[in-house]
Amino acid sequence: MTLYVLCFALFLVGLYGILTKRDLVKIILSSGIMGYACNLMLVLFGYRSGGVYPILEKGKDAAAMVDPLPQALVLTSIVIELGVTSLLAALAIRLYQKYRTYDITKIRSLAG
Amino acid sequence: MNDAKPGMTIIIKTVNRLIVGMIFLYGIYIILHGHLTPGGGFGGGVVLALGFMSVLLAYGRDFTLKWLRPEVLKNIEHSAPLLFLALGLAGMALGGAFLANFLAKGRLFHLLSSGLILPLNILIGIKVGLSLFLVVLALAEFDLNQGADE
Amino acid sequence: MITPYFVIIPLFAALLIPFVSRRNDVRAAYLSLAAVLSLVVLSGYAFVRLNGDTLVYKLSAWKLPIGINLVLDAFSSLMLAMVSLIALTSLVYSVNYIRHLGADWRYYSLFMILVAGMNGVLVTGDLFNLFVFMEIALMAAVALVAYGGRAHEFEAAFKYAVMASVSASLILVGIAVVYGATSSLGLATIAQSLGRTSPLIVLWVGGLFMAGFGVKAAAMPFHAWLPDAHSSAPAPISAMLSGVLIKTLGVYVLIRLFYNVLGAPHLFLQIFLGLGAVSIILSNVLAIGQWDLKRLLAYSSIGQVGYILLAAGLGTPLGMVGAVFHMVNHAVFKSLLFYNAGALETALGTRDLRQMGNVTRLLPVTSRTSMVASLAISGIPPFNGFFSKLIIIIAAVQAGQPVFAIVAVVGSLISMAAFLKVQRYGLRGGRTVEKLVGHVDGWMKTAMIILAALCLATSLLVVPGIREVTLDPVVKVIMDKTGYAQVVLGK
Repeated sequence: MTLYVLCFALFLVGLYGILTKRDLVKIILSSGIMGYACNLMLVLFGYRSGGVYPILEKGKDAAAMVDPLPQALVLTSIVIELGVTSLLAALAIRLYQKYRTYDITKIRSLAG
Repeated sequence: MNDAKPGMTIIIKTVNRLIVGMIFLYGIYIILHGHLTPGGGFGGGVVLALGFMSVLLAYGRDFTLKWLRPEVLKNIEHSAPLLFLALGLAGMALGGAFLANFLAKGRLFHLLSSGLILPLNILIGIKVGLSLFLVVLALAEFDLNQGADE
Repeated sequence: MITPYFVIIPLFAALLIPFVSRRNDVRAAYLSLAAVLSLVVLSGYAFVRLNGDTLVYKLSAWKLPIGINLVLDAFSSLMLAMVSLIALTSLVYSVNYIRHLGADWRYYSLFMILVAGMNGVLVTGDLFNLFVFMEIALMAAVALVAYGGRAHEFEAAFKYAVMASVSASLILVGIAVVYGATSSLGLATIAQSLGRTSPLIVLWVGGLFMAGFGVKAAAMPFHAWLPDAHSSAPAPISAMLSGVLIKTLGVYVLIRLFYNVLGAPHLFLQIFLGLGAVSIILSNVLAIGQWDLKRLLAYSSIGQVGYILLAAGLGTPLGMVGAVFHMVNHAVFKSLLFYNAGALETALGTRDLRQMGNVTRLLPVTSRTSMVASLAISGIPPFNGFFSKLIIIIAAVQAGQPVFAIVAVVGSLISMAAFLKVQRYGLRGGRTVEKLVGHVDGWMKTAMIILAALCLATSLLVVPGIREVTLDPVVKVIMDKTGYAQVVLGK
């Protein structure tokens, strides 16, 4: 139970970072932290108490393994977040070129 | 960075020359054993991209671009998903549904088993590795001090 | 049998474009036009042949509950037809519009990936598959918003990407909770087994999905990315984003999840009503105060999505007819309005309403189609906006919610005021414009004329004979609620 609470706390740390940080790069890192928290939560939900790793080996049988499906989901989700993070990083570089700063309170040409 | 001597020091270049083959070998191992051990196309592709990136970091951009030409890499990278779609359509023609398993299933725990998963893993590994490397190359070409034209 | 082609064709075109095009982009444009034309034909054929039935396609020939299914029913095929038509007009419009943004094959490739992602969301029957296709469409949309290369486009794209990644994390947590409760990911199997778990789980899952997909649909508390993103994007991309993307990724998924999977719990329908009402009033009021033409149109989009959510929250079949009809109508006339804004921007070089003048003599096609679109969105007969708003208001009164009917009427009046402002300043302003900065050419005019004709033609969808074929099967699928699971698992 404490694992779920800690996972949720990590999610809140990431959310806090996105909401309050002023630097573009710190916002990108915080969105990464939030993504890691979601992936951890997915893997946690697949845990069976007393289970072993879900790899079928010679001589063993599929007795009490943890659920392998959330692990496949997490692989896909990590790759998707990699794509979004690289997109955000490219946008941050171009924003620095145009506005000469990483500070989001100064990047405000759209308002109202 | 416009240094006088591109890349890093001689120690890093020598160690990189010894190790980069092993990095590629490790990545190919993870990709090929995707149906037997954890990892598969995604994880192995990332390790391949790390191998390319270690060459980029150790030797500088100009030298790497002479060895790994971007046009060739882009052609390979664009043809990998097309082959993936072609295999899926072949599954539709031979097996009844898109991406159906139409190759021989083989015996358990052998390398050449479980049908269509092995070629798909190889294609995904090529695509992910080359994509990551090309993204890093594209990001590295931006000079942060120019381009404020509006 | 034809269901996976809706995703295969645009993906194939997107991957083939880098090989085919060399320095010029004309081959890329023609290839993507051919792909979207075939999608239009295919979706029309599917809608006509389907006749209210449901097709289930098992990917990789694995049966449920192990495999991933593609489900094509009346709701999906209507939305597919809508997406293909708007994509076709957007491509026709952008053949020459993109030339001055740096004509490139990358635009067409990204556009086809966007269409592939949206089609994937519409045909899938599996929750995680929906998430993956949603992220594909999102990444293509962010790259297309930032396509022009100017400063405010990057800022808008960054805001859009950050808010979308927050909502994607919320949706992932929701998927994790659903999987922990039911041990399955297919929409049909979740619909069957979620009823047996505790109502607390339904509450939790519903709240997470409402927050996550509400950001995508730009309901009012979650709308902050939309004015920047839709006003900074190039005009055909604004039309695609505002016309179809917020509807497929937002409203379609919300209706599909809350009606077919969760069984329309009463609390969430009330929340839909509340979100819809707040969106209508606040966004139309904010729209009147805008002087930037595309920002005004973006705020008005939020309001019209509020209408759809209000109608979906009523829970009656007539309300659902109004919601689906308004989805189709809004796609048609909002895309036309964005094309007009793009044509005005090309011709006059500015987007500010205070600097525009009377262009009825110089741009006849633009001013006439803009009048058609403004009449349609304000709800004037015989255009399609009148019929869909009338159905929503009548449905609100019949469902015993007269307050929301009054909200809908007031919102309609305020949006009419906003578009009177557009017409008065943007197209029939004080001074007559003498000469134009740019040229509005044949491709752009063709796209605008097609959509203006569709504005009139879609009002025919309510005629009782045609309604049985087009709108009623859609409503039957949605109001079937968890009967969807029986239909899918029975095939």
